[in-house]
Amino acid sequence: MHLDHAKHDHVPLPAGPRRGYRIGIGGPVGGGKTALVAALCAQLRDELSVVVVTNDIYTEEDAEFLRRHAVLPDDRIRAVRTGCCPHTAIRDDITANLAAVEELIEAHDPELVLVESGGDNLTATFSYGLIDAQIFVVDVAGGDKVPRKGGPGVIRSDLLVINKVDLAPLVGADLEVMRADAERVRNGRPTVFTSIRNQPEVPDVVAWVRQRRSALVGTV
Amino acid sequence: MSTAGVLLLADSRLPSGGHGHSGGVEALVDRGLLASVEDLALFLDARIRTAGLVTASFAAAANAVAASTVAAALVSGKWSYETTYHSRVWSCWDAAVEVRTPVAALREASRAQGAALLRTALLAWPDARPLHELAELGRPHQPLVLGAASAAAGATPGQAAALAVHQLAGGAASAAVRLLGLDPLRVAAVQARLAPVADRVSAEATAAAELAVQAEDPDLLPADATPLPEILAELHHASEVTLFAS
Repeated sequence: MHLDHAKHDHVPLPAGPRRGYRIGIGGPVGGGKTALVAALCAQLRDELSVVVVTNDIYTEEDAEFLRRHAVLPDDRIRAVRTGCCPHTAIRDDITANLAAVEELIEAHDPELVLVESGGDNLTATFSYGLIDAQIFVVDVAGGDKVPRKGGPGVIRSDLLVINKVDLAPLVGADLEVMRADAERVRNGRPTVFTSIRNQPEVPDVVAWVRQRRSALVGTV
Repeated sequence: MSTAGVLLLADSRLPSGGHGHSGGVEALVDRGLLASVEDLALFLDARIRTAGLVTASFAAAANAVAASTVAAALVSGKWSYETTYHSRVWSCWDAAVEVRTPVAALREASRAQGAALLRTALLAWPDARPLHELAELGRPHQPLVLGAASAAAGATPGQAAALAVHQLAGGAASAAVRLLGLDPLRVAAVQARLAPVADRVSAEATAAAELAVQAEDPDLLPADATPLPEILAELHHASEVTLFAS
């Protein structure tokens, strides 16, 4: 449905290398969204100006995690309270998140804006009024049927991250089945397998972020 | 008058930032002060008569101010000059909301929701000058934006007042369902039972707004309050673990 992201009609920021590319990071509870955000910050903060908006169910929990791990200075992290409706805040009524993003842009003129959704379910996806591209994070411990079940996050996200591959033998998950199912339902959109715990550099995801950002704003 | 326009503004699916606010319910629930459908009914009844009356008065007044500035500009044909003047008029009404909102946390909640609704309204009714005048204020208070947006949508001052009360009660009721797992059917029944109260309050607010707008004096509007939820709003704002922004 949203294959051509450059044409989504949120208010455009000034074009050029300083434009803040907005990436939404969503997925079910416990899949590794916050760990991925922390990993992306750690990998990219020396190369790009990065800010983060969190939408955790308990508001400060994810922001605290990022602060504790000192991946970004406090003033580059904003927490949005979603009133028990994390999916509403990233899809149906994005106004609070738009305000948080704009405040961070005003303060930091960032090159990369990461918006992390609160943990929800397989149907929760971002509105392209809020973000330019979205990553959907699931984990193998949720069962190897998840890609086959599909849902908007698995099917239409711009990047599907299947995390915790180190647990696959322990939970009896067949990664080849997950890979084949993801490929079948995702119509050419990329899928990567990660173990953020064992390989916190997440090279495939970092490469994807760089490539998507460059495609939109050009390289510096 | 446009019924469709009024319904659009009454629809909780309209992006307005409202879903992130509990209207004071979360602070009460956290302290065990609101725990049942009966408690909710009493809370809504009190809030509609106090905060509801105030917010409805300002929504109705803003609706009338918006309509009158549009009419004045049509006569004079001088928008560019008058936009600045009108923004100054709006700032007087905005200040009057400010002084009637006794705690900082609720002033922030009102401005955040005003900015959210304004964002949506400016796209929905791009030709409505009063919305642009309000935007000059930065983050105007929510009832003023609701009033101006309702005028742009073709609503009367009375309908603007009814919308304000509806949103106040609906937001709190929905939050109670989400936080406590109350039976949503019984909560809807409570709202239906309170409809005559809401109508009376809306009528009172509309009458007050008419006088204040005629006199060009925001100070004539009501200033009722419910101290406990207002004090708790400040504590809620300061606490670490909350699901709603207010």
